[in-house]
Amino acid sequence: MIAWIDTLIQGVLLGGFFALSGLGLSLSFGIMHIVNIAHGDFLVVAAYLCLVICGLFGLNPLLAIIIVIPLMFLFGYALQKTILNKGVDGGELSPLLITFGLSIILHNLLQEFFSADAKSLDVGAFEVASLNIGPLHIGWLPITILVTTLVVYYILHQIMESTKFGMIVRATVDDPEITSLMGVDTKKINCLGMGLSMTIVGIAGTLFGIKSSFFPLAGGLQLLFAFEAVIIGGMGSIWGTLLGGMSLGIAQTIGYRIGSGWGEFAGHLVFFLFLLLKPSGLLSKETQHA
Amino acid sequence: MPDTPQVKSSFSWQIKKPIAGPIILALAAVFCAVFPLFGSTGTLRLMNEIMALMIMAQAWNLLAGFTGFVSIGQQAFIGIGAYGLFVTSIETGLNPFAAVFLGGLAAAVVGILSAPALFRLRGPYFAIGTWVLAELFRIVILNTQKFGSGSGLTLARVIKTIPREYRTSGTYWVALFLTVFTIFLVYFLLRSRFGLAVRTVRDNEASAESVGVNILRIKFIVFIISAFLTGCAGAISYLNTMFINPYATFSVEWSALLIFVVIIGGIGTIEGPFIGVLFYFFLRETLSDFGTWYIIALGLVAIAMMLFVPNGLWGMVSKRFNINLFPTGATVVMKKG
Repeated sequence: MIAWIDTLIQGVLLGGFFALSGLGLSLSFGIMHIVNIAHGDFLVVAAYLCLVICGLFGLNPLLAIIIVIPLMFLFGYALQKTILNKGVDGGELSPLLITFGLSIILHNLLQEFFSADAKSLDVGAFEVASLNIGPLHIGWLPITILVTTLVVYYILHQIMESTKFGMIVRATVDDPEITSLMGVDTKKINCLGMGLSMTIVGIAGTLFGIKSSFFPLAGGLQLLFAFEAVIIGGMGSIWGTLLGGMSLGIAQTIGYRIGSGWGEFAGHLVFFLFLLLKPSGLLSKETQHA
Repeated sequence: MPDTPQVKSSFSWQIKKPIAGPIILALAAVFCAVFPLFGSTGTLRLMNEIMALMIMAQAWNLLAGFTGFVSIGQQAFIGIGAYGLFVTSIETGLNPFAAVFLGGLAAAVVGILSAPALFRLRGPYFAIGTWVLAELFRIVILNTQKFGSGSGLTLARVIKTIPREYRTSGTYWVALFLTVFTIFLVYFLLRSRFGLAVRTVRDNEASAESVGVNILRIKFIVFIISAFLTGCAGAISYLNTMFINPYATFSVEWSALLIFVVIIGGIGTIEGPFIGVLFYFFLRETLSDFGTWYIIALGLVAIAMMLFVPNGLWGMVSKRFNINLFPTGATVVMKKG
């Protein structure tokens, strides 16, 4: 019994991370209608960026995140402005193919500059410290990640509900043509949207680098996990992604309990089951993934 | 005036008659057929690699370029085809050249089984869904002793039963047969009534449905054909190297390569993948001294093409000189009376 409670808690904690990285992906689906195949690779880029900053200034990664965030925002803004906004005109598949190209280029560039060896961000004893409640040991690091995730979700919710940017985004999602007629510069909104998505990727990427070791090709799986969180949660719903991330985390932890090689498999399986049995996801107003 | 039946009967469609394409292809096939008589083993290996990639690119192009379904999980079918070949010929001692087709069949069966789930996803979401499928199979193989787990399988023992002079050329013949088969299949498929329906689905699903095209059936058949061809090509590709492991075989880099090649050559044409594949091998062989930079170069060229020349190299040539080796575009003609 205790073992199952433990599994559940670990699953929710793991799911916190998937929910965070899924949120970045969900935003680019929702605002720019871009399926960003390089999402996981940008996560890995953020981890390497943090590694470089820590090395240059001798900072703790948890402090260096303050420099990573604005850099990633600028990167996202520039990427959208220079490349992706041009691709959007070529239909929905053109950004997909462009980001796929970027993904492969990033793999090889990271390999050229940082070698294929695994790296990690060192935060000292905090990494293994845990909160002990009776027989349960809950790591402080996963707790920090989960709390960060919840805070980010709350802030994003506030941005969407009470800022002008959020209002425009919601209006654009409801009726892109009318909002465009009202004089809204959708290209600029897309740039801000990508900046916001990359801000989240910056936070998630740094946390990813702290919680596990990373290497140039580590991004692919992270994209799949983020994607699964979004689909399980239901497209077009931010809170759905949070639930989707948790579900994926729990599925994977149960898988790992069954056999050490089967965690990811269980996650993928749950994803396929959702596609077959409830394709609209846990929380979604839409019926199809259009 | 109740003219609806009349309108129906007075329109028909036709596709330009091909002359140059099939002739060039036939000449190329004859040249390729006699090639093993004078080519070295190394050149044959390279040719095998080129032909395997050609088949995969045609299959991806059939799916994406003609129906609009972009898959970035082709490595699932490549891997299943390759493992299908390795496992059957190691376990049963079946001739590995014949087992290529079993590999293709295995991939087709997986396609049939996974279609109900994957087809719930549309556009870009379908793309990522196919990648998840590849991951599922990679994990199963990683965890199964019989499939060599993480360390892979080798064909060394099987290949010893085959006379030395046929080891590379055997693969070559199978590859050549499948390349010619693929091109003709795709070509005739697209010139047929079915092909017209396929392209209608790509251009506008709603109107295709409104004129009675069964979209789901079309999607399904194209997906399965593509899976079969990709599975065969995957089997050839690893029969050529005689060693597989789940990391390389199920790597997403396969899909990246296919997509780059088709985008650079020209998506939605039969000629495009040819040009793209040749461009890739040219780049790889000339930049081979500079590590992985050729992939970076390939990726950059593909992104630039995507943004500025969406019809690819062949699109440029074809428009400039108004040539079309394998015409598949249908035009409506009005009949008299």
